[in-house]
Amino acid sequence: MDTLDLARWQFAVTTAYHFFFVPVTLSLVAITAGLQTAWYRTSKDKYLRLTRFYGTLFLINIAMGVVTGIVQEFQFGMNWSDYSRFVGDVFGAPLALEGLLAFFLESTFIGLWIFGWDRLPKKVHLACIWMVVLGTQLSAYFILAANSWMQNPVGFRYNAERGRAELTDIGAVLTNKIVLVTYPHTIFAAFMVGGGIVAGVAIWHLVRRPGTDTAAFRTALRLGAVTLIIAGAGVALTGDQQGKVMTEVQPMKMAAAEALYESEQPASFSLFTIGTLDGSREIYSAKLPYLLSFLATGQFDGEVQGINPLQKAYEQLYGPGSYKPNIPLTYWTFRLMIGVGMASVAIAAWLLWVTRRGRAPNRWLLWLAVPLPLLPLVANVFGWIFTETGRQPWLVFGLLPTASGVSPSTTSAEVLVSLIGFTLLYGVLAVVEVKLMLRSIRAGLAGPEPEPDESDKPLSFAY
Amino acid sequence: MELTTVWFLVIAGLWIGYFVLEGFDFGVGMLPRILGRNEPEWRAVITTIGPVWDGNEVWLIVAAGATFAAFPDWYATLFSGFYLPLFAILVALILRGVALEYRGKRDDPPWRRRMDTLITVGSLVPALLWGITFANLVRGIPIDARHEFVGGLGDLFGPFALLGGVAFTVLFVAHGAIFVALKTTGEIRQRANRLAALGGVAAVVLTGGFLGWSHGLRGDNASVVVAGVAVVALLCGLLANRLGGEGWAFVGTTVAVGLTIASLFVAMFPAVLPSTLDPAWSLTTANAASTPYTLRVLTVIAAIFMPLVMLYQGWTYWVFRRRITVEPVAVR
Repeated sequence: MDTLDLARWQFAVTTAYHFFFVPVTLSLVAITAGLQTAWYRTSKDKYLRLTRFYGTLFLINIAMGVVTGIVQEFQFGMNWSDYSRFVGDVFGAPLALEGLLAFFLESTFIGLWIFGWDRLPKKVHLACIWMVVLGTQLSAYFILAANSWMQNPVGFRYNAERGRAELTDIGAVLTNKIVLVTYPHTIFAAFMVGGGIVAGVAIWHLVRRPGTDTAAFRTALRLGAVTLIIAGAGVALTGDQQGKVMTEVQPMKMAAAEALYESEQPASFSLFTIGTLDGSREIYSAKLPYLLSFLATGQFDGEVQGINPLQKAYEQLYGPGSYKPNIPLTYWTFRLMIGVGMASVAIAAWLLWVTRRGRAPNRWLLWLAVPLPLLPLVANVFGWIFTETGRQPWLVFGLLPTASGVSPSTTSAEVLVSLIGFTLLYGVLAVVEVKLMLRSIRAGLAGPEPEPDESDKPLSFAY
Repeated sequence: MELTTVWFLVIAGLWIGYFVLEGFDFGVGMLPRILGRNEPEWRAVITTIGPVWDGNEVWLIVAAGATFAAFPDWYATLFSGFYLPLFAILVALILRGVALEYRGKRDDPPWRRRMDTLITVGSLVPALLWGITFANLVRGIPIDARHEFVGGLGDLFGPFALLGGVAFTVLFVAHGAIFVALKTTGEIRQRANRLAALGGVAAVVLTGGFLGWSHGLRGDNASVVVAGVAVVALLCGLLANRLGGEGWAFVGTTVAVGLTIASLFVAMFPAVLPSTLDPAWSLTTANAASTPYTLRVLTVIAAIFMPLVMLYQGWTYWVFRRRITVEPVAVR
């Protein structure tokens, strides 16, 4: 493998890994803040104990999100220096905004929240966790604005002499039509994960420890399942909007998502295919008529462009070469994202049904504790693999091919060292993280009252 | 003042902020085993930086992000040129961050000792490598006409660079020891005072030597004055430590760390990454910069939010101003 392939693998590995922690953190911090608010308003003990319990899970995750996030920022310059030179004038602004507005807010107020339980007035301490929520939301928005610019470059002009894109309108970059639909889609998808964790953990406790904190965990179970279902509806609605915008600005990605080689009008949605997806022949594909036309254009008889005509059009526009992404990868990740996500919503709905009006969950519901958080998490990652590989062969759509972005001075040996190093390190950390999560989950809710504290004794969150 | 100069100053300021703040928490991270005798004492040492280390580290992320935005070519050449040292820094920072956050998540002394080891190594390695990196920055690196780094790993590890690494490390140890003295009571505080006095002498010698060499290589009158004040501030800090004025001692080491970094930037200006092959190939504030429009956008953002950030980070230090006491129980 050459430097380019290795750099792409490293980006894929480190980004997918980083993104396991992102949706967990985004949603758990908001749910924790919600629980603490409930405690503040009602003074009910169970809310405080749930706040601290799910807050601990949030902290275990954000630690991983933070440290793996630094790698993300550094590797643009390390592995993709020509990309950095090309996009810095545009891409740098949202990234700097993310640092200044979001990361400082997050990190500072997390410190205040962890160590401030007995130092700050209740109200101020509650405000701290909400500041962290604000920080995580801003962070998501700015980094998605930067990514959306790579999907659909706006608000810039190309400077041929410097060979780079130059910002002309920051407002256009921050209101890119892609980010306006991708941000809510990502946030809703994150809440599916958080809802799944809250509910999954609650089932485990209700089944394995019947009689212990039943009231609190019933609240958590219902809260988690409802969150997952509402978020799932949000994901579907925003995903539908995304499909239409994507068809407009990146028609090749839509065609690749469907492995649709020739244009169709009306186009049917492929549920799954058995056989090759290279376009040479179709063996069997289960299809829903008219659906793709509707998803892509909003009309049941709209035309959806196929891969072959788009390839011809792009050759005319950008010169000879292949403009097709990896079709089997985009096709299957698109399907799995939707299918796996929908399955988690179905499980959550069923869970609400079987625990309605105080019914205790069955013993064999225990096996739902694992897929409930994992399915939406995996769906999140499938979504990113789809949208990033669907942009290929472009790094910045229509402007910069991926092969032109890699660092000229970086050797394949260097990238190999860092790729292996990060992969091993991340593997070990995954084991440590999951073990710690399971320990904290098994430990259950802490005592009904936080211990009285006159001195500077660190609380259970502290070191 | 030109916007490129403004952003050179902002980025210098972000690095100064980073090394002043993370400088002491690197120092503290290296010291639990030296200043503590048992688990409650180790925990007390770590807890002095508990609420603040993460916020301190964000200064690095913002310094790198601001460089990306304001000087994309500087960011690109620097980060691809220093590939393996930066990789090692990243690994160390990952292990350190995880260890700091996970240390207290288990009531298990061997676990906590392992985490302390990771914190120590994870603090030592970046301190050393940042010193090496900044020594190379001020000396210059082999950059060709296309602004690509054309050297090898060996070019980054000469005696001058190694002195830079050791000087940064020892300076941070002194800075961190004084922070511990300021934030604790009893025996830990006394040990920290003694270590600061001892480490401080080494820091004066090494930092003075490194700065002398740096400004001999690439310095002007202004940079020499700044470096001189840095050394004087360090001496004043040590004197204050001896006289029992820990607050003033910390002011002294803070100014010393800040001006040490500042003097390197003053020496470089207007170059941001000097080429050792041909001065004409150096990256400068002019040829590495973003467009005036982007710099104006960034200036507005920074003018609004930087003061706000400093305000609420400052408030954090106020909230946690009390000294940390050692808990009598071994494990909660």
